[in-house]
Amino acid sequence: MPHIDFKNDLPGIRSALAYSPETAAPLGVLAEILLRSDEGLTRAERELIATYVSYLNDCFYCHHSHGEIACIYLDGDREIIDQVRNDFSTADISEKLKGLLRIAGKVQQSGKAVTTDDVVHAKNSGATDKDIHDTVLIAAAFCMFNRYVDGLATTTPKDMSSYPLRAKQVAEKGYGNHIYTEKQPA
Amino acid sequence: MAYIQVPEGVPGIRSLVMFRPETGKHLYDLAQALLRGESPLTEAERELIAAYVSYRNDCMFCWSSHAAASRCLYGDEKNIVDEVLNDMHRSNVSDKMKALLNIAGKVQILGKEVTDEDIAEARKHGADDRTLHDTVLIAASFSMFNRYVDGLASFTPTDPVVYEEMGKRMAKGYVLPQQQ
Repeated sequence: MPHIDFKNDLPGIRSALAYSPETAAPLGVLAEILLRSDEGLTRAERELIATYVSYLNDCFYCHHSHGEIACIYLDGDREIIDQVRNDFSTADISEKLKGLLRIAGKVQQSGKAVTTDDVVHAKNSGATDKDIHDTVLIAAAFCMFNRYVDGLATTTPKDMSSYPLRAKQVAEKGYGNHIYTEKQPA
Repeated sequence: MAYIQVPEGVPGIRSLVMFRPETGKHLYDLAQALLRGESPLTEAERELIAAYVSYRNDCMFCWSSHAAASRCLYGDEKNIVDEVLNDMHRSNVSDKMKALLNIAGKVQILGKEVTDEDIAEARKHGADDRTLHDTVLIAASFSMFNRYVDGLASFTPTDPVVYEEMGKRMAKGYVLPQQQ
């Protein structure tokens, strides 16, 4: 049971966003820019970073929600998502993304855990300053989202078939207030 | 030196949001809504939660600046801020604030650390749903801000006077800094 009465039956972060629209507004736009910007990193790469950090933070709702969104951008290639979760260093992804996931994993522990060596390695693999910026901020933002979702014990849907439906909604319409104001996909 | 090309000499998050104002604007809007918007918690209390979480995350820029903002907002009671940072349990804050800071400290570790007992203890001392929501989201958002600031190795001033000035400015609210 959630720690507070959200006055709605929405799943995961949607219940918290609907409860507090004043904070939901900047959070929604932040997610939209960080996860759906086409500049530099691809949408699939951005969602993979979000999925990986949420997995490390053991946040079931975020981990599976963003895994399904990544899956859509990867044209259904679930294998890559499993590889990234299990051991990204041997995953079938670019050296650049490996370098960025290494940074994201450090950010998940603590900002201070990121070293010059991590950054130089990513830059040598083709990461630009903006790629590194966005990676650190995506990883940091999911350290927030994951804590928001689990810290208030929001409802985690057990029916795994509901995750691809919500993912499709986000892949088509993006992040923003509509994910809690519109009828939930079923 | 910061890991990416941010404006030189600009401290902490200010340099990062100048590098990427598109995201910076919404980060500042979030801080403004959470720390200055409507809430059952006072602005001083909310800044104290921010400072406490940042201190636990060992983010010197964030804890020093938010502690300064909180001292400014507490006015005559400003000693509370340093008491909490030194030892929250023995500080002179109310039992309700102690229970909320305990929850914030749990969120700092991980969302799942917050237990039904932690919530019940805060409710016993008068915390309502909105208070609990705001406490958790402030603690969660500083788990982000701290990682953003330190993860990119942004410039961290060490002179306390610099933070005192920053605190005075922050007490008035959060506005996106303009490109210099």
